[in-house]
Amino acid sequence: MPDADPFSVYGTEIGSRLLLGTAQYPSPQVMADAVAASGAGIVTVSLRREAARGRVGDRFLALIEGLGVKVLPNTAGCRSAKEAVTTALMARELLSTDWIKLEVIANDDTLQPDLFGLVEAARTLAGEGFKVFPYTTEDLGAAERLLAAGCEILMPWGAPIGTGLGLNNRYGLETMRAYFPGVPLVVDAGIGAPSHAAAAMEMGYDAVLLNTAVAKARDPVRMARAFADAIRAGREAYIAGLMEPRDMAEPSTPVAGTPFFDIGAKS
Amino acid sequence: MGVQQVIGGVDGAAGPLAIVVNGAPMETTAASLFELLCELGLGEARVATARNGAFVPAAARAGTAIVAGDRIEVVSARQGG
Repeated sequence: MPDADPFSVYGTEIGSRLLLGTAQYPSPQVMADAVAASGAGIVTVSLRREAARGRVGDRFLALIEGLGVKVLPNTAGCRSAKEAVTTALMARELLSTDWIKLEVIANDDTLQPDLFGLVEAARTLAGEGFKVFPYTTEDLGAAERLLAAGCEILMPWGAPIGTGLGLNNRYGLETMRAYFPGVPLVVDAGIGAPSHAAAAMEMGYDAVLLNTAVAKARDPVRMARAFADAIRAGREAYIAGLMEPRDMAEPSTPVAGTPFFDIGAKS
Repeated sequence: MGVQQVIGGVDGAAGPLAIVVNGAPMETTAASLFELLCELGLGEARVATARNGAFVPAAARAGTAIVAGDRIEVVSARQGG
């Protein structure tokens, strides 16, 4: 089994198909251990206000940069294209990366993407030389506009952030995969269980981005490993080719030569 | 910008300025964004800054005047999903 099955985004090969968030862990050490156990090649971070005389950011950066993984800053919490663009510019300077996970949030209850602001911000940031990873929905129209804006990857939600509901719209996600066969697609948000992640990979998604399901597990390190296994299994299954489901049963054991076959029929 | 710098009290004669830093009101005698960061004890910290909603690169902080009513954001990296 080929263990090296990287996917490529913006010209960079990523060795793992698991992207892991760094929030909500019981401690920084557990977070670091979970990242290591997951084998994730990319971790997400946010930008938040630094208190006077605070050095929280310096400590966090030292921890993250010690993990030896690519860092993908996000614009979490931004509610307009303008806020997201300013946040992205700050992130680029702070983290020395032109990668940005672009979130423009439309609604507090669902944390669903504001697709209008998202496209606007993506266009501006692509023009500024950013490599934009847009947190979007399975809406094909929005997806086409994001690609036209310069995005080379799309990250549709599985379910609202933090819900753990899994793949809420399988039809929509399958359609998106079929419609954009050559575009790297990542299910981002809503993943609650390794089986959800495996299902996304079986559909042919290139990777999965999750956070809460690992961070809030009783044992985050072990759960990180479980997700890594599930994602690898789902990827292998997709490459191997899943069977077509059928409505009627069909014996897997050959019928020919079944003992008592001639006398076993019920009247 | 030139006028703002005069109002901002580059010469220190205009007294403290009322500004908002990270959402909290405060008074400062800092003439520039760089001086403000030093006053906040963040002169050496790895932070990024914005003034009135617009990104201010690190190299531009010393030349960015602080004006009464400014809304300054000072951010660093944190846990995120």
